[in-house]
Amino acid sequence: MRVEVTVNGQERVADVEPRTLLVHLLREHFALTGTNVGCDTSSCGACTVLLDGESVKSCTVLAAQADGRAVTTIEGLADLDGTLHPLQRAFQENHALQCGYCTPGMVMVSMSILAEHDTLDEATVREGLEGNLCRCTGYHNIVKAVLAAKEAMGASR
Amino acid sequence: MYPSSFDYRRASSVQEAIAMLSSDEDAKVLAGGHSLIPLMKLRLASPSMLVDIGRISNLSYVRKEGSQVAIGALTRHRDVETSELLAHEVPILSKVAGQIGDPSVRHVGTIGGSTAHGDGAADFPAALLALGATMVAEGPSGRREIAASEFFKGFLETALAPDEILTEIRVPTGFTKYAFQKFNRRAQDWAIVGVVAVRGERTNVGFINMGPTPLRATAVEERLSAGASVEEAAAVADEGTSPSADINASVEYRRHLARVLVKRALSELG
Repeated sequence: MRVEVTVNGQERVADVEPRTLLVHLLREHFALTGTNVGCDTSSCGACTVLLDGESVKSCTVLAAQADGRAVTTIEGLADLDGTLHPLQRAFQENHALQCGYCTPGMVMVSMSILAEHDTLDEATVREGLEGNLCRCTGYHNIVKAVLAAKEAMGASR
Repeated sequence: MYPSSFDYRRASSVQEAIAMLSSDEDAKVLAGGHSLIPLMKLRLASPSMLVDIGRISNLSYVRKEGSQVAIGALTRHRDVETSELLAHEVPILSKVAGQIGDPSVRHVGTIGGSTAHGDGAADFPAALLALGATMVAEGPSGRREIAASEFFKGFLETALAPDEILTEIRVPTGFTKYAFQKFNRRAQDWAIVGVVAVRGERTNVGFINMGPTPLRATAVEERLSAGASVEEAAAVADEGTSPSADINASVEYRRHLARVLVKRALSELG
């Protein structure tokens, strides 16, 4: 079947089997390998992307369900000239990654957390991150980074 | 992990979806897919056709109708969690919704999908059973209402016919006091055992994961209406349940949890 998805602002088209999962559409058909497959059972959040602006686990969404909708992946956050998104910069500055495997999912779910809350405190961030696992257990700095990003983004508005 | 192959059809109306379902007896309804797709990836379900009802626009709503709140089947967990009307009229549902899975799951999963899946370990079915909700189903011969007490038939089995679609869930207002005790080891896990208690003119108690279907804690409710204390009622909480053992808990531990969690829930009601 034909699916048309706006990925990181660009119209993309693919011919896929109906059973194709969104994460495989992104990785294998569109060569966007920033989105990782972790547990493959909607538990770990490594595959988190934004679907119409909201975080979803792309290992548990069919490509067909994303047809006609907008997907944002980790590749879509930085400016075209390579300038990092404030959230990416906050991850870098706060050393919010160790092995890095969970990082794309952590960043994308954090985009959703930032969008859904006018103000953020530590508890809200931790609850927001509950569906994303970091096997390095580096949560502390991830939480710090999301809070720092909120502050930076608030200040730039 | 890929599901096995299937035909995919997207319905633009309930009527169209019913016609698609009627054309293939192995077809399944796809709403958010957060119960069905995991089962399909594990090859525990291999439907020949998926009828995607996710784009039917008029099935996502929460509205007051007399002494009930009508919730469209495609209303997502996130929308139940954040609905001001539900927070005011049926607060237990907002509370339960906010603890299902994790935020990304709640952006996709729907109350109708979870209910039609009929998992005894899921949170919404037990809450709807405790509330005495009414399920509205539409099929080739029209629309019918099914009481929650008649809806959950067996392990992942409901009263819905293969060509029927759950379109709406109606919940009574008036249960102003509520308690939700979900016992698990990690935030996003399924309940090892869960208890939903609601009190209006009477006190209803529902169990999560104490049997193949969601259950009412009938023994507790009977003791309470006969004037028993919280302690007396909680002591018999596991009567009539049939929990199973798994990696998280033995049968006896689940029975113990049921008694403890019912006591906590009833104490919370005051």
